[in-house]
Amino acid sequence: MPRHKLIASESDVRIEVDEGKDNEFSLYYVEVEENSKGGKEKQATRDGKRRRERNGEVSRRRASEKRSTEMSNKRAEKKHEKHHKTTRKEGEKHRKKQRRNADEEEAEEESSKEKKNIKNERTKTLKLEDEKEKDVKKKRKKHVKNEEDDANPGKTKQKDCQDVALKEKKKKRKKPETTSESESNSDSESKDNQAVGVLGSLTPEELEKLKEAVDERKKLITTLKGKPWPMKKKLVILRESQEFVEKYEGALGKGKGRKLYAYKVMMMKKWMKFQRDLENFKTACIPWEMKIKEIESHFGSSVASYFIFLRWMYGINMILFGLTFGLVMVPEALMGKPYGSMSRKTVPREEEASAMNFAVLWDFGGYAKYSVLFYGYYNNQRAIGWLKFRMPLSYFLVGVGTVAYSYMVVIRTMARNANEEGGGDDTSFNFSWKTFTSWDYLIGNPETADNKFACITTSFKEAIVEEQESKKDDNIHLTRFLRVLANFLVLCCLAGSGYLIYFVVRRSQKFALEGLENYGWWERNEVNMVMSLLGMFCPMLFDVISTLENYHPRIALQWQLGRIFALFLGNLYTFIIALMDAIQLKRAEEEIVKKNMTIWQANLYNGTMPDNSTALPITVHPGDVPRGPCWETMVGQEFVRLIISDTMTTYITLLIGDFLRAVLVRFLNNCWCWDLEYGFPSYSEFDVSGNVLGLIFNQGMIWMGAFYAPCLPALNLLRLHVSMYLQCWAVMCCNVPQERVFKASGSSNFYMAMLLVILFLSTLPAIYTIVSIPPSFDCGPFSGKNRMLDVIQETLETDFPAWFGKVFSYASNPGLVLPFLLLLVLAIYYLQSTSKTYKRVNMELKKKLQTQNEENKKKNKLAALKTANELEQARKAGEQHSNSASDLGENTQNSEPPVSSTHTTTRPPASRGHTASGHLPGHPQQPQKNSHSNRR
Amino acid sequence: MRSGRDPCAFSRMDLFTRKKVQPTEPILIPHGELTFLTKQEILMAHKIFSELQDRENGPYSSRVSMEKIHTLPELKSNPFRKRICHVFSTSDMKDGSLSFEDFLDLLSAFSDSATLEIKSHYAFRIFDFDDDGTLDARDLEKLVNSLTGETDDTRLTGEEMRQLISNILEESDIDKDGTVNLSEFQHVISRSPDFVSSFKIVL
Repeated sequence: MPRHKLIASESDVRIEVDEGKDNEFSLYYVEVEENSKGGKEKQATRDGKRRRERNGEVSRRRASEKRSTEMSNKRAEKKHEKHHKTTRKEGEKHRKKQRRNADEEEAEEESSKEKKNIKNERTKTLKLEDEKEKDVKKKRKKHVKNEEDDANPGKTKQKDCQDVALKEKKKKRKKPETTSESESNSDSESKDNQAVGVLGSLTPEELEKLKEAVDERKKLITTLKGKPWPMKKKLVILRESQEFVEKYEGALGKGKGRKLYAYKVMMMKKWMKFQRDLENFKTACIPWEMKIKEIESHFGSSVASYFIFLRWMYGINMILFGLTFGLVMVPEALMGKPYGSMSRKTVPREEEASAMNFAVLWDFGGYAKYSVLFYGYYNNQRAIGWLKFRMPLSYFLVGVGTVAYSYMVVIRTMARNANEEGGGDDTSFNFSWKTFTSWDYLIGNPETADNKFACITTSFKEAIVEEQESKKDDNIHLTRFLRVLANFLVLCCLAGSGYLIYFVVRRSQKFALEGLENYGWWERNEVNMVMSLLGMFCPMLFDVISTLENYHPRIALQWQLGRIFALFLGNLYTFIIALMDAIQLKRAEEEIVKKNMTIWQANLYNGTMPDNSTALPITVHPGDVPRGPCWETMVGQEFVRLIISDTMTTYITLLIGDFLRAVLVRFLNNCWCWDLEYGFPSYSEFDVSGNVLGLIFNQGMIWMGAFYAPCLPALNLLRLHVSMYLQCWAVMCCNVPQERVFKASGSSNFYMAMLLVILFLSTLPAIYTIVSIPPSFDCGPFSGKNRMLDVIQETLETDFPAWFGKVFSYASNPGLVLPFLLLLVLAIYYLQSTSKTYKRVNMELKKKLQTQNEENKKKNKLAALKTANELEQARKAGEQHSNSASDLGENTQNSEPPVSSTHTTTRPPASRGHTASGHLPGHPQQPQKNSHSNRR
Repeated sequence: MRSGRDPCAFSRMDLFTRKKVQPTEPILIPHGELTFLTKQEILMAHKIFSELQDRENGPYSSRVSMEKIHTLPELKSNPFRKRICHVFSTSDMKDGSLSFEDFLDLLSAFSDSATLEIKSHYAFRIFDFDDDGTLDARDLEKLVNSLTGETDDTRLTGEEMRQLISNILEESDIDKDGTVNLSEFQHVISRSPDFVSSFKIVL
């Protein structure tokens, strides 16, 4: 290791100095040592060597003088006054020591003054030097450093060879820090094992400084990897800093404090490592990451965004499933009354025969209907099992909780996305982003790279066309007419589809009243099939209609999305309205059943045991007990069927529309009269918008139906899981990348907004039914209550102390609730207006910055012009007079701006603003150039 | 506790004496402090690098030539591969050859956990084709040409190119000096939603 050699040579120097011999020789020796170092280091040392050569004999002697003083100073401190006379350019630490010995208090008081003095003195001496030597500008800096180094013989040589590397760092560091550092370094020159002792003799102020220096170094170490420097330099700096920290960090504290300090440091390190590991672990835990990455590298980010959205949905459904499964289904299955104990938990007698048939189970009838999967199975017993689990309450709270959780998650995600988009000026860097950030460095496949090239080109062209189009407008009347026509057609479509669904639902109710057994498969599944078919074909129709409108692709896409959204929503709401009708019918039926029930009970009791009411009740098989129609289960069933048929249609379209088509195109292409691959059928594209909408509506149905069918989240989870694999496979094997690309990052909040709307719209009917329709009398956890909400009141009355109920009733008093709502509205209004103001201020600041920059630029141009003129004159004068101007003349030939005393201001504005902007810290050329121009 | 006496980090961290160490032996760099890579990643990188070294014909050297680096699948189809090598190379010859440290620098800058600042810094230097510290119109033209590929059918026409470059400068050249400098570049990049996720190379 070269450093050891250096230290050894240093000790040689010391010995020689001690013996009072000539210093020149020893220094030469050191240089030889340096020359013999490894090739790698040569480059680093070259600069330092050159400098030393240029400095010549004078500086060398001075340095050695200093060193000699330093040494003797340590040895015999009494003599230091004499040395002080001979070496007036001593490092500041040395001075301080002298002062302290003379008068310690004074030194403390005037330490700041002292520093200034020293600086002045330094520059003075340097100026003297400047006169002696011509090429100075650069050297001045180096001299300052050189002196600092010289004040610290223990590290001099090492520093010399690191000088190049350190240059950058020192520039960055503030002046006071540099001095304190050199001070502490010179402290370190006293023997290592005595470090603590020396530290002990330090004043608190100095200790503080030392601590600061150590902290500074530590900070440097932690931020080192974020610096764009070459590894070699980073390594050198790291090693130096670590040595420094190691030396002083332990010494700073004393006794117990020291141990504690070390312990703290160690714990900090462990904690950092733990955090890093945790981060790694977290990223390793994200499911399907590799699959999505693969798709991303083939199809770009927009297709991947769909899968990321799917994964996100999967996560949400996982939580919903956890809630319903853990808090509703499992407790009821484990602790509730078993199957067959009550009428609501038993298949009725007349259905028993067909209850296990596959067709019935597939429709979620039979045994599936009388299980934990549906609302009707749950008992209204207040507390079940040994845990006294409040089943009805839990059911209600889970229903509310799933919705609340979904709202929270969606809104939080939206807010985060909005934050990432950076304050709304989304389009302000459209072209720059396309240029600077469009290449995906992960692409490792040549074919994908070709695709990416084509994709980037089209996006450029599209953007240019868009830019041009925004400036021109053509025949406005025709387009306006066409657009109105298109919208009219779309409206017709929507109305037609709505009516069709309404008609079908009514018809199916008629079928249901007459008994489904008389009809075939189509009649039974008519509603779902019609809805799925409409969802499949209407978007195509819209696509055709939208060609009339002649919108820009992105706007057209948004219109398309909006229309499909309206279609789905209309369909869903027609479905719900029809369901409401069905609910009314069921409730009318229920009334009749209720009456019959009392008659039946009366008959039962009258017939067998007229008086003995205290005896055991007659055991009637629960299957035979007459029961109400239980509209809640009916609603749940409808939703489950809808989900199932929707899933099936999606998968079947996937298989036929994508897979079969791809297979046909691929294999028939050899024996067909035109090119199938590039001609008409071609391969299908992955329809991101349609798929996303499908996913969103599916989720909406889950939210709507989950209250009446706790199994829905589980079903949805299954569906999403299967879609993930199936769609990944389908995309990879039979789709081609889209031609029409739209930015994934911008659309994610668009998806979220739609999801939020759907969430709101789907909670509306659910809440309406919960709040305003009385529950069935003989099924479900709320049976026997007037409203489902009553479960809260009941819990408050029985499970909580009386005062709590009182407080609650006061709190729910309209007199309190209304002001609270008002307050909320006010807060929202206030926040919104402040955010608007911030946005405006932001824009204004931006404008200000721009105008200021323009002004500066003008100024700089003027200054540059002026200096250029001056220089021209100077050059002319120089050419006439002497050859000393050749230096300047050469300078103007360089592309660098003219150099004079105003050099820094004449540089292009690139160097303003950022510290890192003008000279790139790790840039191989830039610093050299700078130094080049500086030296001249 | 004399902190940092971690054998992995310090025992053989001296890169200057690296030649004396067996070349097949992994060089352990204090990874936590100097790079954004984990220890495993560095070992992996070393394995790949020494494979490349072995394939180098001619006399053994600590550097791997640019051509060899470009055979890596991660860089093979990257239009900026030459620039990447030139930016990260510390070679005196300016031939774009990489030493192991340079290679680690590269991987660290392109790693998952590297900061936006360092990524944008290196991106700037990669895009700065003439190494003059600013992106001027010529740099941008070269950049766009690299992005659109070499074939004629994907290339932009002169008119489009002019339009595009003027648009880019209009957006990102805040001080209106006709070039994009580092701070302007970083300003633009920092608002881009997908730069950090796409400026990545994983071995």
